[in-house]
Amino acid sequence: MSATPTRSSSWTVRVREAGVAALPPEKLLPDGQPTYVASWIYVFGVASIASLVVIITSGSILSLKGPAWWHYTGVGHFFNSVHMWSVELFFFVMVVHLWGKYWMAAWRGGRQRVWITGAVTFVIAVPTALTGYVSQQNFDAQWISTQAKDGLNSVGVGAFFNVTDFGQMYSYHVLLLPLAVVGLVTAHLLLVRTHGVVPPFELDRRPALAPPPDGGGAASASAGAGS
Amino acid sequence: MSFLRSKDDTQPWKGRYQPYDLVKEASIAVAVITLLAIVLSVLFSSPDDKPSTIAQWSRELPVNFVTAATQELDGTSGTAEYGPPYNHNGTGQHAWFLRPQKWLGVSHPINTANDFVIDPLKTVPDNPTLQSAVAAYQAAPQQTRKAWGEAYAKPLEEYEKASEEKKPPPSSVTLDSSTGAVSIQASGAGPIPTMMTGLLSLAQSGGLDGSLLTSKQFFQTDYTKPLLFMADGGLLAERAEGQHLLGDQWGMMNETGSYPGQAWLWLYALWYQVEPFKASANVDVLVMLVMGLLSLAFICIPFIPGIRDLPRVIPIHRLIWKEHYRSGGSSR
Repeated sequence: MSATPTRSSSWTVRVREAGVAALPPEKLLPDGQPTYVASWIYVFGVASIASLVVIITSGSILSLKGPAWWHYTGVGHFFNSVHMWSVELFFFVMVVHLWGKYWMAAWRGGRQRVWITGAVTFVIAVPTALTGYVSQQNFDAQWISTQAKDGLNSVGVGAFFNVTDFGQMYSYHVLLLPLAVVGLVTAHLLLVRTHGVVPPFELDRRPALAPPPDGGGAASASAGAGS
Repeated sequence: MSFLRSKDDTQPWKGRYQPYDLVKEASIAVAVITLLAIVLSVLFSSPDDKPSTIAQWSRELPVNFVTAATQELDGTSGTAEYGPPYNHNGTGQHAWFLRPQKWLGVSHPINTANDFVIDPLKTVPDNPTLQSAVAAYQAAPQQTRKAWGEAYAKPLEEYEKASEEKKPPPSSVTLDSSTGAVSIQASGAGPIPTMMTGLLSLAQSGGLDGSLLTSKQFFQTDYTKPLLFMADGGLLAERAEGQHLLGDQWGMMNETGSYPGQAWLWLYALWYQVEPFKASANVDVLVMLVMGLLSLAFICIPFIPGIRDLPRVIPIHRLIWKEHYRSGGSSR
């Protein structure tokens, strides 16, 4: 890390310094969290990430063998089942996570972008799942695509997003939309680490507290943890 | 714009910290979710009902196939009258002055008479009678074609009506259940009976499935034409009804079998079950607009007075942070 007070002309150095300034390592990967982070509701944030990991892993295995593999092999069908159930778990834990964050009013204290990236992730996850359902190459895919087309066509989306075009839907499902979801989740996590976990309401009603005598101590340097 | 800003009254945490292992927590979460997904997969598997084909449709419901094909030929089917993005035969749905379906235009052009009937029939070899019928149909004036189509469609409509009302079928339509052949007595239908016999035969042999996928290039991934043709018929809907997938059965949020399907679409599917949406000819655009607005509101909750203040008023947070409040809510 550069110790000179003058600003480096290197773009690389500037990006590194800005990154470390925004998220120093102890803030990015904290080993302590405020004592108020003590509820089962906090589990659902990390469970959402864990579900996404299982979705991407099982989906990658299905991608390795191609879209028809799971129809004619037991192993393929098993991984398709894991993929489907991890999607169901993903939506379940994400919805609980969102409700939890709503009742915490987790956008307080300048955390609006944390809420927005989380909410947009949910909204983008819906077409990500839909493109999977219409890429299944079975009766569900036939029925769902011929039904979904009417809603999409009615708002003009069907002009460039054709749910009855398997090739286009498969591309969206295995690349474009997962990229968007992973990008949003990454931004969401970095924002959570930057701002820390929203504190309880009681703190709001109190006057600003005097800093602890030791200036907060080593642990207090962390801005909170959990998701 | 100050009303958009919620009161920023959180204080930086000056209280105690407890040990926390983020990487360990994430690893345990991945292990637990993986285990859960595997257990659910072993116990319940996943649905995989075979897709329908046009060959299957034409063999199982030959009269329904001929009825749909006749509507494609005379331009009265759902796809033929759909409008954008498939053709200009309808304006599509609208909400007030908003006509996005029309504005975005025809991006996947489909002429149902040519694409679903005439062009596939032209690929049938060694059948001069059939090719003469196709040539005669194409050479006839539009008014004559329309009269032929109406004459041929009439007994088929009577057959469909009798089927719906569980009455005996009219004698003008006979079905040989052993061969799947359909005979329709329709005077004044011109070459259409010959064309429909040829198309039914092509479909039952499996040739129409391939014909509708044929395009300029060898490789093909676009199933728009066969899917739209099948959706105009009754086989997909019949299977869907048996699997509780119709629109008034909460539609595509369900899945075949007893699987949860896309349960997250419950709010989208809800609007289709209630008035005024349910009876509206513009139900799709209205539901999409409502869901678009609700999604936007969901994203913008931190800026919506009232909605953003509810968590402060309804003390569910006391359950979430009960340990914190039990210990006096101290920040030290």
